[in-house]
Amino acid sequence: MKRILKYILAAHLAAVSVSMAQNPAVGKASSKAIVISGAEIHVGNGTVIPNGTIVIEKGLIKEVGASVSNIPADAVKIDAKGKRVYPGIISPNSTLGLNEIASVRATTDFSEIGSINPNIRSLIAYNTDSEVIPTVRGNGVLISQATPEGGLISGRSSIMNHDGWNWEDAVLKADDGVWLSWPARVTASFDFATMSRENKKNPNYANVIRELDGFFTQAEAYKAEAGTTANIKLEAMQAVLKGNARLYIQVEKGKEIIDAIRFCKSHKIKYPVIVGAVSSTLAIDAIKENNIPVLLPTTHRLPDNGDDEVWEAYKLPAKLFAKGILTGMYYNESYWRTRNLPFVAGSAAAHGLSKGDALKMITENNAKILGIDNVVGTLEKGKQATLFISAGDILDMMTAKVEKAFIKGAEISLDDKQKRLYKKYADKYGIE
Amino acid sequence: MLKRLFINLLLVCVGADLYAQATFPLNGVQDQRLQTYLFKNATIHVDAKTVLTSSWLLIQNGKIAKVGKDFDYPKNAIVQDLDGKHIYPAFIDVFSDYGTPEIPRTRGGGFGETRFESPKEGAYAWNQAVKPEIKASDIFKVNAKTSEELRKAGFGAVVTHSQDGIVRGTSAFVSLNTGKENEIILKNEVASHFSFDKGSSIQTYPVSLMGSVALLRQTFFDAEWYSKGGKEKERNLSLESFSKNLSLPLVFHSRNVLDVLRADQVGKELGVQFIIKSNGDEYQKIDEIVASKASLIVPVNFPKPFDVEDPLDAERVTLSELKHWELAPANLAKLAQNNVSFAITTSGLIDKSQFLANVQKAIESGLDKSKALAALTSEPAKFLKLEDQVGTLKAGLLANFLITSGDIFDAKTKIAENWIQGNQFVINDLNISDIKGKYKLEIDGNSKLAMDITGENDKPAIEVIKNDTVKIKTTTTRDKDFLTINFKMSPSDKGVIRLSGYIDDKGIRGEGRNAEGKEITWRAISPEKSAKTEKADTTKKADKVNAGKILFPFTAYGNLEKPKSEDLLIKNATVWTNEKDGIIANADVLVKGGKIAQVGKNIAAGAGIKVVDGTNKHVTTGIIDEHSHIALFSINEVETVSSEVRQGDVIDSEDIDIYRQLAGGVTTSQLLHGSADCIGGQSAIIKLKWGEAPEKLKIPNAPQFIKFALGENVKRGNSATRPNRFPATRMGVEQVYFDAFQRAKEYKKEHEAYAKLKSKAGVTAPRRDLELEALVEILDEKRFITCHSYVQSEINMLMHVADSMGFKINTFTHILEGYKVADKMKERSINGSTFSDWWAYKMEVKEAIPYNAAIMTKVGINTAINSDDAEMARRLNQEAAKTILYGGLTPEEAWKTVTLNPAKMLRLDAKLGSIKAGKDADLVIWNENPLSIYAKPEKTIIEGAVYFDAEQDKVKGESVAEERNRIIQKMLEEKNKGAATVRPNTRVRPSEVHCDSMLEFGGITVEEFENQQLLNNHKH
Repeated sequence: MKRILKYILAAHLAAVSVSMAQNPAVGKASSKAIVISGAEIHVGNGTVIPNGTIVIEKGLIKEVGASVSNIPADAVKIDAKGKRVYPGIISPNSTLGLNEIASVRATTDFSEIGSINPNIRSLIAYNTDSEVIPTVRGNGVLISQATPEGGLISGRSSIMNHDGWNWEDAVLKADDGVWLSWPARVTASFDFATMSRENKKNPNYANVIRELDGFFTQAEAYKAEAGTTANIKLEAMQAVLKGNARLYIQVEKGKEIIDAIRFCKSHKIKYPVIVGAVSSTLAIDAIKENNIPVLLPTTHRLPDNGDDEVWEAYKLPAKLFAKGILTGMYYNESYWRTRNLPFVAGSAAAHGLSKGDALKMITENNAKILGIDNVVGTLEKGKQATLFISAGDILDMMTAKVEKAFIKGAEISLDDKQKRLYKKYADKYGIE
Repeated sequence: MLKRLFINLLLVCVGADLYAQATFPLNGVQDQRLQTYLFKNATIHVDAKTVLTSSWLLIQNGKIAKVGKDFDYPKNAIVQDLDGKHIYPAFIDVFSDYGTPEIPRTRGGGFGETRFESPKEGAYAWNQAVKPEIKASDIFKVNAKTSEELRKAGFGAVVTHSQDGIVRGTSAFVSLNTGKENEIILKNEVASHFSFDKGSSIQTYPVSLMGSVALLRQTFFDAEWYSKGGKEKERNLSLESFSKNLSLPLVFHSRNVLDVLRADQVGKELGVQFIIKSNGDEYQKIDEIVASKASLIVPVNFPKPFDVEDPLDAERVTLSELKHWELAPANLAKLAQNNVSFAITTSGLIDKSQFLANVQKAIESGLDKSKALAALTSEPAKFLKLEDQVGTLKAGLLANFLITSGDIFDAKTKIAENWIQGNQFVINDLNISDIKGKYKLEIDGNSKLAMDITGENDKPAIEVIKNDTVKIKTTTTRDKDFLTINFKMSPSDKGVIRLSGYIDDKGIRGEGRNAEGKEITWRAISPEKSAKTEKADTTKKADKVNAGKILFPFTAYGNLEKPKSEDLLIKNATVWTNEKDGIIANADVLVKGGKIAQVGKNIAAGAGIKVVDGTNKHVTTGIIDEHSHIALFSINEVETVSSEVRQGDVIDSEDIDIYRQLAGGVTTSQLLHGSADCIGGQSAIIKLKWGEAPEKLKIPNAPQFIKFALGENVKRGNSATRPNRFPATRMGVEQVYFDAFQRAKEYKKEHEAYAKLKSKAGVTAPRRDLELEALVEILDEKRFITCHSYVQSEINMLMHVADSMGFKINTFTHILEGYKVADKMKERSINGSTFSDWWAYKMEVKEAIPYNAAIMTKVGINTAINSDDAEMARRLNQEAAKTILYGGLTPEEAWKTVTLNPAKMLRLDAKLGSIKAGKDADLVIWNENPLSIYAKPEKTIIEGAVYFDAEQDKVKGESVAEERNRIIQKMLEEKNKGAATVRPNTRVRPSEVHCDSMLEFGGITVEEFENQQLLNNHKH
C-alpha cells in the first residue's frame, strides 16, 4: 500500500515537473477585433502617437492613429492608458531555437560540417519548444532570424515568430537569405614561441576569395543551362542571385568590406547586407555609396584596441545613422541574451542616437533589412499585429515591463520557465 | 719602424697561453713570454671619477702594477706610447649567459594530462623550475665566437649563469680571454639567480605568474625549515644549495618594470634585497623604482621603430609601444638623474656590436658619461663583490682595460685594443693612416679629374669627380696601405676601370687597367683635409626636446599627472545616500581630505573648496564589483588546492580596463582567482586609482579573501576528454574540501604546539606551508571565502562541509541557484553575489533565473550583482536595474546591489558603500538616474580625486590620436633614413576574460589549456 502510494506520488510529481518544463500553449487568434486605446504608440518608424488607438482584426492592424473610427461594437477593449505600445522587436542573426544549452553539443544545431553549405536550412532545426524562446519574447522581442553559423557559406536563415506549435507554424519567412562569412586578411593567433598574440597576414585570403568567386560564377551558370545535373548547393544560391533572398555577409574590417562590396557588384547581388561592427571610415563611405544596409552587433563590446575610445561600440549606431546608412542591430553574443536587444538599442540612445531612431533600428530597420517590412516592423495599417504593450520605456530596463503581447493578432502567454521557477520559490519562502 | 715591430710582436703573443695551467703536462718546451708592459702618455680613466692625463700604466703578469707618471719601471717592460689615446677599465657584464648551454624549448606534458611530478631524477626539489644546485661553473664552456663579440663591444669579463627556471643556481665570473675553462673561470658561485619564469620545466605547476611567485616564496620557507632541522626528515640537495646560495648577492631576472617592482616587493617580504635585471622601461615608474632602493642591471636593447607605412598595420601598434620606442633611450638618464644605482648589460641585445652605439644613444638622451662608465665598470663589480678583481684600474686588479682612440662615448671613437689579464686583443688597427680628403687625380695622363675620399679610415668611400661636377661612385677596398678602386667613367661605358695603388706621404699612386684592359698608371695628389662636420648632433638634441611625456599609467588615456585629492562641494544634486535618508533631491555633498565631510542641503562652501554644480545630476557612491578579473596578469593556477597563490602579486596597473570601468562608475573591484580549482588563490581588493602603481591600488588593510569554486569548471566538466586531475566529479569536490581542512587543522595544531613549547632547543620548527596557512586563516576567521557556485546540491554540500569543519562561508559568488537555497544561506548569514540575467550557456546554469537577486534580497540575504566581465562591469548600473524588471526591487534596493551590499560582503562598509560623513569620498556624478539605460558617469571620484571625467576623456582621446600621429611620423622618418624596422605585433589582452581564462596563454580556457598542455617556455 505504502509502496503504491509512493508510486502514485512519484508519478504525480513527475507529471507536475513535466508540465513545469513545458512552454505555454500557443496564442489563439481572436475571433473578435481587439482595440488597444489610450496608449502612447511607438510606431517604429521614429514617430510617436501620444494618445492613440490600434484596432486589430484577423491578425492584422486594421486601424492605428490618434482617433480611430469604425471600431466594431463587439471588439475586445484593452485600456492602455499611460502605457506604451510597440511593434514586436526583431532580432536578426540569432541562434535562438537552434541552441538550447551552449556547452552541450547534443542541444546545439546551428553549425554544420563543411565550408560551402548554402543548401543548409536553419528552418527545420528551429525548436519552437525551446525553453529560452519565451524568456526572450517576455521583453518584447517577438521575431527572430534563425541563422546558421560556421564555414564560409553557413547556410540559409529563416525568420521566425516567437510563437507556434512547430516551425511550420512559426515561420514568418522561410529561407530569407544565405549567410556568408567573409575571410579576414589578417588573422590574430596566440604564438606560444613568443607568448604573445600575433597578427599574421592570412596567406589563404586570395585563394578563398577565388573559391567564392568560382562558386558564385558556377551558381550563375547553373541557372543558365537547363538539363544540368542537379546540384543542391548551386540550386540553393538561385534565390540570392535572382534577388528573391538576401546575401548576408559577415565582415568587419575596412579592406574586406570593400572587397565584399566589389564581389557583390561583380555578381550583381541585388540585396547584400553587411553584418558586423563596421567602423572604418573607408568602409562606411563605400557602404553609403553603394546603398548597402548594415546589421551591427550589440554595443556591449569592449574596443578592440587599448587606444580606442572607451565607448566606441556604443557610439557606432549613431555614427552610421548620421551617415544615412540603413542600420539595424542584432545581439548574437548568446541566443539567451537576445532578450537584452531593446536595452542595447537604449544604450545607443545614450550615446548619440535619438530614442526614436534607437527603436527604429530594432524594428522598422531590421524589418527592411530582412525584407519583411511589408508585414512587420512598424505599427502601420495592414501590417501583422505583432506588437506588445509595456508599462514603460522598453529601451530602458528600469522602466520596461511587457504586460501583453500579440503575434499576428493572437495574444501570447508571457509565462516562461524562469517565471515559473520564480513563483515556485517565492511560494516556498512566502515572498511577493 | 720600432712601433711596427712592437705590434707584430704582440700579435704573435695573442693566443699564446700566458698562464698555462699549472697542473697540466706540457707537450714541447716551456715558452714563458715577457709579461711586463708599460703604456705611456695616455689619458687614463682609473675609474669613472678619476681621469689622469698623459699618464702611465704598468702591468705585470696580467695584473695592474702601477698607475702614475714618471715612475721607475722594470727594464724588461715593453713600452708603448699612447699619446692621444685613452685607457679605460674593461667593461663587465654581470647578466650574461655566455658559455652556458642553450635552453631547450620543449613542449612538455602529455595530451590532456597534468604533469604532477618533476622528471628530474635524484634527491632534488619537487619542482623542476627550482634548481639552485645548478652551478654555472659546472656547465660553462668557452665559446670563441661569443667571447670575441663581447671583447669587440669592450668587455673583459662577464658574470654568466643559465637563464632557466625560477631558482637558477649560481653564476660564475669568467674572463673573455682565450684559453681553457681552467683559466677562464675567475670565480665560482658569484651570485644566486632567480626569476618568475619556469623556463624549460615541463611540470605543469606553476602555469601562472602568481604561481611562480608562490613557488619562489614557498621555496624560501622550505629552505629555512630544511636548514633548521628539516633535513632530518627529508634529504633535499636543492634546498641545501638554496640556503648556501643565500649568502651570495641575489640577482633577479625581471620581465618589465612591474616585474621589477614585484620582485622587489617579494624580496622585501622574504627579508632579502634583490639586485634586479630590469628591462629598460623603468622610467615609466621611476618614483616606485627610487623607493625600492634596488640596484638594477639595465639593458640597452632599445626597441626598433615599427614599420608603420601601412596605416592598417600602424593601427595595431599601441600608444605605449610607440612612446616606449621614443623614450627608451632616455631610460638610463632618468635612472641616473634619480640616483638609482645601476649597471648596464648587453642582455637582450642580439647584435652585440650595437652595444656601444646604444650606450652612446643613451648619453645623447641625457645620461652622464661618468655614470655610464661607472655602470659598465665599477658598479657591476661592486654589485657582485668583484671590486678586488675588476672594475677600476687600480694596482693589484686584473689588467683588463681598453685602449681607445678618444673618449669612449664619442661616436667617432674606436676601441683600438682590449687587454684582458695582460693579453692583448686588437679590435681596430688605429695605425692605419687617414687618407680622407679631396685629391687631384690623374689617370693615364687625364688630369681633369678629382677624387673625394670620405668614410672610415679602414673602409674609405671614394668618389671620382669628372669635370668638377659629375660624381662617380666607386667600389673601393683598402688593405692597410693598399687601395683598389673600380668604377665606370660614364654609365654607358661597357668596361670598368680598375685601379690599384699604394698610399704614401705624398698621396696615392699606382697602376691599373682601363675599360679596354690596357695597362695604365695613375696618381692622386695633395689632399686637403676635409673639415669636420658635427651637424648631426644638433638635430639629435632637437629630437630629445620634442620627446613625449610620460603617462600614468603608461598607456592611452593615462594621466600626465597622477590625480590628486581635492576638497569638493557638489551642489544641488539628487543624492543617493544608501542611508536612512534615502534619495535626497537638491542636496549637497562636501568632500574633505578624501572623505565625505557632510551630506545635506545648503552646505556652505568654505575657503579652498572647489564647487561642482550638480543641478539635474545624480550623485552616488562608486560602484563596487565583487567579482572581477581585470588588471591582472594571472587568473588561474591549476592545483586543486591553490590557496598559496595571490592575485595581489600580479596586479596590472596599466590595464586599460581600469579606465573603462571608471568610465562606468566603478571605483572598487575585487580581483579574484579564477574557477579552475576547488580552492583558488587569495584575492586582491583594489580601488581603480588609474595611474598609481599596483601596490597603491590595493586598499590598505583590506580584509583578506580567497576564491573557492564548485561545479563544472573545477571538475573540468566541459573538457573534451576526461582530465587526469582529481576531482572529476562533484563527489570528489566534497572530499577535496574535507581533506584540505583536515590537513589545515592538523597544521594549525602542530604550529600551536610548537609555539607553546617552553624550550625549543633541539626541536625542529614545523614547516611553514603557505597553502595550509591560508586555510588556517579561514579557520581563524582572518580570511573570508567567496565561492564560485551554481547548482543547489553543491552549494548545500559546501555549507555542510563548512559546518562540520568549523569554518564560515562569507559569500557565494555567481550563486545562480541561490534562490533554491536562500533559506539555508540566510541561516548562516552568507552573502550572495550574482549575475543579473545569465543562464543557458552551460548545463549548470540551466535553472538560473534573473529573479535570483530579487528572491535572495527578499529572503534577507545581503545580495550583490557582479560582473566577472570587463565589459559588463562598466554597465553594472544597468545590471542592477534589471532587478527592478525581474522581481520588482525598489530603485534603492536595486542600487545597493552594486554599492552598499558588495561593500558589506567585502567587509568594507565602514569605509565604502554609502554617502555618509566619514566614509571614503568615492563618488560618481551621473547625467541621469543611475539605474537608467541613458545614464552615464560624468565624473568618477575616488577619495576626492577625479579619476574619470567625461570632458577630459574627450581631450585624452584627441591627444591619443595626436601623439600617435606624431610618433608614427617620426618612425616613418627613421625608416626613410634607413633604420631597420619591425613589423607591428599586437599584444592585446583578450577581451573575453572570465573565471576560466588563462591570461598567460592568451586567454584560452583552463580546459583548452589542459587539453593541449602548452607548457612552452613562457617568455615575454
